[in-house]
Amino acid sequence: MTDSRPLDVRPAGRHALLVELPDAERTGAFHAELLRRRAAGTLPPVEEIVPGARTVLLDGVGDPEALARRLTEWDVPPRAADDGDVVEIPVRYDGPDLAEVAALWGVTPEEAAARHASYTYRVAFCGFAPGFGYLTGLPGELHVPRRATPRTRVPAGAVALAGPYSAVYPRSTPGGWQLIGTMPDPAPLWDLAREEAALLTPGRRVRFVEQTPAGGAA
Amino acid sequence: MTAKLTVVRAGALTTVQDAGRRGHAHLGVPRSGALDAPAMRLANRLLGNGPDAAVLETTLTGCALRPDRPVTVVAGGAPCPVTVDGRPVAWGTPVRVPAGALLDVGTVSAGVRTYLAVAGGVAVDPVLGSRSADLLSGLGPAPLRDGDVLPVGAPGRQPALPGAAPWPAPPAELVLPVRPGPRADWFAPAALRTLLSATYRVSPHSNRIGLRTEGPPLARAVTGELPSEGMVLGAVQVPPDGRPVVFLHDHPTTGGYPVIAVVGEPALAAAAQAAVGTPVRFALG
Repeated sequence: MTDSRPLDVRPAGRHALLVELPDAERTGAFHAELLRRRAAGTLPPVEEIVPGARTVLLDGVGDPEALARRLTEWDVPPRAADDGDVVEIPVRYDGPDLAEVAALWGVTPEEAAARHASYTYRVAFCGFAPGFGYLTGLPGELHVPRRATPRTRVPAGAVALAGPYSAVYPRSTPGGWQLIGTMPDPAPLWDLAREEAALLTPGRRVRFVEQTPAGGAA
Repeated sequence: MTAKLTVVRAGALTTVQDAGRRGHAHLGVPRSGALDAPAMRLANRLLGNGPDAAVLETTLTGCALRPDRPVTVVAGGAPCPVTVDGRPVAWGTPVRVPAGALLDVGTVSAGVRTYLAVAGGVAVDPVLGSRSADLLSGLGPAPLRDGDVLPVGAPGRQPALPGAAPWPAPPAELVLPVRPGPRADWFAPAALRTLLSATYRVSPHSNRIGLRTEGPPLARAVTGELPSEGMVLGAVQVPPDGRPVVFLHDHPTTGGYPVIAVVGEPALAAAAQAAVGTPVRFALG
């Protein structure tokens, strides 16, 4: 690592390791390094590489202790801001919680929409449902709490905020996030006909592109 | 032509299962697959199927099917009465079911899940390389309903395993070997001792996602929120009520409750057959 804090490698059963990192940025860098080494054929076989908020789980490992020793010797470069391909998500900022989020941010709904669309996000990890990506990139002062009462149904395509994360619901589920907008056609978020079914895979960068009500770009 | 099975009685919960989906956890896709994997594999071997051919996993009350062509089946795992057109037939060994006859897999006498394998395997379309029904995320075929029609694959040519099959009995007491988990240090020192010494019982809220338990709560030392992290099969996760939950095959891929210990995968087959109320002990191993 570029700073001296070591990896915290924790046991997770006979065939897995949970690697904890100091922050989300270094978690992303470590995850990217794992994928580079796997692609280069220099990582021992690992069945699952599952990033979390501050961790990467390595599951299906033949010899976790040996791998743990190797991991601590790695020199992991920081991830460049422009590393990873970019996915554009069209959004209509018409969510039922947009006004409330704008009030929390101290701006008008139109300004909140423009602000949310102004950042480049990165998929930190997936979970909750297949293809549901947790996107980081919103500055700390714009983090908002979950809703006090979750909705029993959040529609597919809902663009939502909770804590440090933005997300787009790939399917209709219950949910407690603040809904600020809508991806008009959410089908690409989870497409089993595609090589990788999820659109928002860990490490990818994401830009939200505001659509006018007529359907064009704002 | 291959056979089709019409579902006459779906039972309490019957799903198609195979070895599950590997390699997609980073996209939020659970592993899924048969909870009692050794039972699935043994049933398949008895029929000359590949070990991971798709089978039916029933829950407590079995199911009933009518094939449109003769098929050979094995019902194994949790023991139960099996009949063809009302006549008792053997459990745990291959049975020939004539075209149009009613195969009834009855209510278990012990255990939870009976596996019904058919020569050729259940041939529903795979999703992400697996035919398993994933009840957490809804991937794969939906649980069976009365009137469903299931395709059967072409039976293989390899000879079936001869002789009597060694089906383990469902556990009267479930002993789960554990190793300390990634967040054991999030718990009070007494918590691991409690986990390793107390007797828990299988909770009626158990399902394919987790074996829930009732018993003494495990106190946390770190009370903060755990940022979401990857979860392994067999993880002993402790939700706010303090009662350990053992993650089974449909468990979420990431979670925000700390994992105090991890159960070795070979012991999860017995966990899948532990009926509500069964005593559960966790032991270092």
